[in-house]
Amino acid sequence: MRRQPARSPGCLDRHCLPSPTGYRSGRCGGPAALLPLLVLTIWALAGAGLARAQAGASDVSAGDTPSDRGESITVSWEPAPGDRLVDGTVTGYRILRSRSPEGPFEAIGQASPGAARYDDADVENGIDYFYRVETLSLEGAVRSPVIGPAVAQAQWINTNQWNVFVVLVLLLGFNIYYIESIRAGQKPFIRKIAGLEAVNEAVGRATEMGRPILFVPGIQDMNDIQTVAGITILGHIARTVAEYDSQLVVPTSRALVMTTARETVREAYLSVGRPDSYDENNIYYVTDEQFGYVAGVNGYMVRNKPATCFYMGAFFAESLILAETSNSIGAIQVAGTAMPAQLPFFVAACDYTLIGEELFAASAYLSGEPKQLGSIKGQDVGKFLGMVSIVLGVALLTLASVVGWEPLVQAAEFVREFWSTELA
Amino acid sequence: MKRTIPLAITAIVGAVLVIAYFIPHPPFDGLREDFSIFFDIMATFAFILGGGNLIKMHGNRISRREEGWFFSLVTIVGFLLVLLVGLTKFGNPDGFRGSSVTASGSYFDHVYEYIFRPCGATMFALLAFYVASASFRAFRARNAEASILLLVAFIILLGRTFVGALLTSWLPDSLRFLTIPYLAEKIMVVLNFAGNRAIMIGIALGIVSTSLKVIIGIDRSYLGSD
Repeated sequence: MRRQPARSPGCLDRHCLPSPTGYRSGRCGGPAALLPLLVLTIWALAGAGLARAQAGASDVSAGDTPSDRGESITVSWEPAPGDRLVDGTVTGYRILRSRSPEGPFEAIGQASPGAARYDDADVENGIDYFYRVETLSLEGAVRSPVIGPAVAQAQWINTNQWNVFVVLVLLLGFNIYYIESIRAGQKPFIRKIAGLEAVNEAVGRATEMGRPILFVPGIQDMNDIQTVAGITILGHIARTVAEYDSQLVVPTSRALVMTTARETVREAYLSVGRPDSYDENNIYYVTDEQFGYVAGVNGYMVRNKPATCFYMGAFFAESLILAETSNSIGAIQVAGTAMPAQLPFFVAACDYTLIGEELFAASAYLSGEPKQLGSIKGQDVGKFLGMVSIVLGVALLTLASVVGWEPLVQAAEFVREFWSTELA
Repeated sequence: MKRTIPLAITAIVGAVLVIAYFIPHPPFDGLREDFSIFFDIMATFAFILGGGNLIKMHGNRISRREEGWFFSLVTIVGFLLVLLVGLTKFGNPDGFRGSSVTASGSYFDHVYEYIFRPCGATMFALLAFYVASASFRAFRARNAEASILLLVAFIILLGRTFVGALLTSWLPDSLRFLTIPYLAEKIMVVLNFAGNRAIMIGIALGIVSTSLKVIIGIDRSYLGSD
């Protein structure tokens, strides 16, 4: 705003301006003075409004972004008064950066209206940076004072993930506790999993019919935990197949899975004393391509008509094509996957389905070993804690909405955040 | 020794990667990506193993004239053909050095566009028929549960098409909650989502538990023994 020259006290007439020699002569006061007074008031109010719109972001600060590997500085600010959703005049914020407080400052990025922070991820660790935030509005741009120095540095602990750490430690603790207590002689209750109970029956049926058993370990590689779970189940099934002296066929869509499956099945045959029955040609690579693999496996099913089909691992759109084809040849089907979108297809088309967690519990269930069964109990306690948290959160929020007590809302929010993958 | 070394590698790598998740400081910050690259390198070498296995298996079938040996012949010819046009970059507009293997107009691109993709699309299209046959079996009202499933599926199917809106559009606003599209949306958003979340929580805990078992060495069945 332009600075106005000083006026005589009590006189608001624009003609009452000081002259080098003193005040001009003329009327000053009376009813005629009201009109200029009104004009001046409107002008003053308009000026004040303009000043508000042109006021930029305040409380600007810049500091190292927490819980990261460095190479990032967070600039934050309080939005400008004109940064409103309705009738707002602010069009955004431009972030300026310099290596020196004197400048020159260069624009490094822009934030939308309503934003209150900007992460500058183009910085080096250990170097001083200075920032200014330029508020862009319809009336023009207003720059904040220079902020800094801000220095980026790497942290050793990611405090954003403390909840994940707590859950992990709890689960590990429960697992170890139950493993030890079962080892000490405690009898765990593990509910029957129909799909796994049917393994012996399914293998026996194939043996009686003189037909092969097909095992499909999904279409993902060994870096997928579902494939690992599938291969562990394959080990148990292979042992049963070896005992029955039946034929097990494992077509794979990944070369690494083929190698691992061969090793697993060979060891299973060895463990029951039938190494001569093992034929590595029954575990073979088809193709990495999803539908090419389906075509290969379907072709095998239609030609050889296996009596039993197992699907254990990660599946996508091919799940129903495989399951329906084996249904059409009258095979017993046992499926297990942790892909929620494919579960309905398996449930609809297969005789037995291991739903999600059951796939991961299968190895322990089939082995019957105390240390493995202990891990199922540990997993169950984790699930129980999750259930308690959900009920607690719902109860707290419901109560807070009835009572309107802020600490209750905060407590509910804490429970929600605790189970979020990343804390704010 | 044959068991101990793989177990030790699994335990050390697993534990380090779990710890690295909580440490953003170098060198831990890049470990996940590094190990992912290691895995890709191993998988690339394993692919040679897979390709070799494919030729060996189908080659044996052809030489023994086993049933369906002609399919094996098609497989091997197809495999070698794609390998050849890919490695030599036949027909690439800019020659062997100039462009990528998938450059538009190359033989590899032709094989992909005019053979591979239509074959894949054909297999995928089969899904529509399989969905119909699986639904027919699943929705037979044999008992109370199956009847409820049938009813819910019927509401969802109608609610996702114009028929659902058409059938109940005459209902007044006060009875909007009875319209089929509204019911279908509520079933999907409330009931289905809640069930889905329960499964997801179970899966997440199962993954953590299985990973811990493998890292600690409790579960060794992936090595072929308990």
